[in-house]
Amino acid sequence: MRVQQISIFLENKKGRLAKVTEVLGENQINIRALSIADTTDFGILRLIVNKPQLAYQVLKEAGFTVSTTDVIAVEVTDQPGGLSNILRHLDKVGINIEYLYAFVTQTTSAALIVFRVEQVDEAIKVLQGNSIRIVPGDEVYQI
Amino acid sequence: MLKRSVGAAGCPAVTGERYRIMSCTGKVALAIRVVPRKILSVPWWMEIFLFTVTSFSRTCFELGPSGQLGWYRGIVSPSLHRDGDFLFKVSVHTIMGVEYMTSYWDAHHETMSRDQLAEIQTKRLKTLVERVYTSVPFYRQAFQEKGITPGDIKSLEDLKSLPFTTKKDLRDTYPFGLFAVPRSEIVRMHASSGTTGKPIVVGYTKKDLDTWSDLVARCFSMAGGTKEDVVQNAYGYGLFTGGLGIHYGAERLGATIVPISGGNTARQIMLMQDFQTSILTCTPSYALYLADEIHAAGVDLGTLHLKVGIFGAEPWSNNMRRQLEEKLGIRAHDIYGLSEVLGPGVAMECPCQNGLHVFEDHFIPEIIDPVTEQPLPYGEKGELVFTTLTKEGFPVIRYRTKDISTLYPEVCECGRTHLRMERITGRTDDMLIIRGVNVFPSQIESVLLEFGETEPHYLLVVDRKASLDDLEIQVELSANMFSDKIAGLEVLERRLRERILSVLGISAKIKLVEPKSLPRSEGKAKRVIDRREL
Repeated sequence: MRVQQISIFLENKKGRLAKVTEVLGENQINIRALSIADTTDFGILRLIVNKPQLAYQVLKEAGFTVSTTDVIAVEVTDQPGGLSNILRHLDKVGINIEYLYAFVTQTTSAALIVFRVEQVDEAIKVLQGNSIRIVPGDEVYQI
Repeated sequence: MLKRSVGAAGCPAVTGERYRIMSCTGKVALAIRVVPRKILSVPWWMEIFLFTVTSFSRTCFELGPSGQLGWYRGIVSPSLHRDGDFLFKVSVHTIMGVEYMTSYWDAHHETMSRDQLAEIQTKRLKTLVERVYTSVPFYRQAFQEKGITPGDIKSLEDLKSLPFTTKKDLRDTYPFGLFAVPRSEIVRMHASSGTTGKPIVVGYTKKDLDTWSDLVARCFSMAGGTKEDVVQNAYGYGLFTGGLGIHYGAERLGATIVPISGGNTARQIMLMQDFQTSILTCTPSYALYLADEIHAAGVDLGTLHLKVGIFGAEPWSNNMRRQLEEKLGIRAHDIYGLSEVLGPGVAMECPCQNGLHVFEDHFIPEIIDPVTEQPLPYGEKGELVFTTLTKEGFPVIRYRTKDISTLYPEVCECGRTHLRMERITGRTDDMLIIRGVNVFPSQIESVLLEFGETEPHYLLVVDRKASLDDLEIQVELSANMFSDKIAGLEVLERRLRERILSVLGISAKIKLVEPKSLPRSEGKAKRVIDRREL
């Protein structure tokens, strides 16, 4: 049920993001979703790609500080209150969301929300218990 | 009690009293360090062949303490003890303990009484003063300006009345002004890189080279080197004294020298494996770089034969030593020297790792206050000053090294009577004065290393903004300290900042940078950029 996300440490310097995408492109790795969190000096680039393990390996070899994190992807219906419905369930059981980001897919009208929590298994259980569809990793990678 | 998990392949080292090995299939390389209490004790290393396993599960063994001291490396394979206990049989290929059996290259001079030493020094000092007075116009003039004639130097105490020699004097007399023999007697010259102006040139007579080789052999012997060793010399060969100085010393020892010089890391690692290198000689920053590359290349430490590292030519810290020892499975020794005085082989750390023995039968060390130029008593920190006693080609009188150290007179546990100098903690000209506080890059290095999770690659950038000094410490972020949450990295920055503040008493901005983004050198490390225009 988990999705493997690649996180990369980037200095706020010209050309660093381009270098990451270049390495991925050279290795035929396709980016599904990305988000950047940054401060004035550095940023953390978070990526969902079609081949997470390969991406981790090639970025590491290219000299980046990189890690993998398990995140959860859920489908959110494209209507007001869609996201709120999901967050409400997690809030009720006291699961704190560290960060989240969204992307849309070509195949469905639904949006995908990717989020990171400390208690991944617990969150999955809660969401499933409330009939919220969790999109498994394999499916996300192939979108 | 500290427990640390160790992977089966190329485990670095474990510290503490109990060791956990994460895999019990096949053979497991093990490196254990236990801090030595008594250095020159009995050959206790025999005992470590067996470890009692105190508990056993599918995935790990927990080993009882061996109770032994020193560094051990070897291949461990589990076998069943007749009582049902599991034992580890260790087929040891390097027992670091053996190296503690430090051997004297020149027992007579290395262990002579302080009185005997003073007698030799006095005799040699008188001869030296007489000689430079007659053969080097520079010294004659300097002595005359102070109203001194060679006859005034009657005891070691009188050394204090002699004038200092500085790097500027060496430049002003470029190239041969301070040579004390005719040029034809000089058989080799070395020179500094001369990046800050004219280079410093030093000359050696045949006898000087002989003395030098002997002193470097003394260094090797002190670190446990013998003719059985393979020495990989990754100091640069050429005008720099490091390469050739170490080279001929290793030859004098009778060891097998591999004159690979600096750089070409991939080849360094290959030859290290193929030639079974047992002693590595290079700068500590290059050693660390090599260690990282060895780990990056996935080389199993168990396949290397390294046991000793002799590192010098730049200041390094005890924390850096610990890192090098753990990463390479060696015992790291500090060697000190400078071209103006000899080159490597002026002082060397014995296995007690408690300061470097200055070879006092050839050099007289002093510590002075760099500002008042007054000699300081033993135990006080200041600038190191050397007088050479036996050099023919290029003798120096009270040469100011700009290196910061302390001298300790207590006789060492290893039995050597020569004074011990503290490892160099900085340079009078590396010393940064930031907001009125004296800061040495080495202090910051120790703070970074305390974190353990920080790779010791850093750069200090000093600037002056609105008439206030501003210190920024750029630190390379390693994978094990990376958090994919901004908050995690901010906490790391804050902890580093707080620690720097408490150690140095000044605040600094911490900037995390990407791995391998700071300038790497295969020679001396660049640690400071000072942008202040004063």
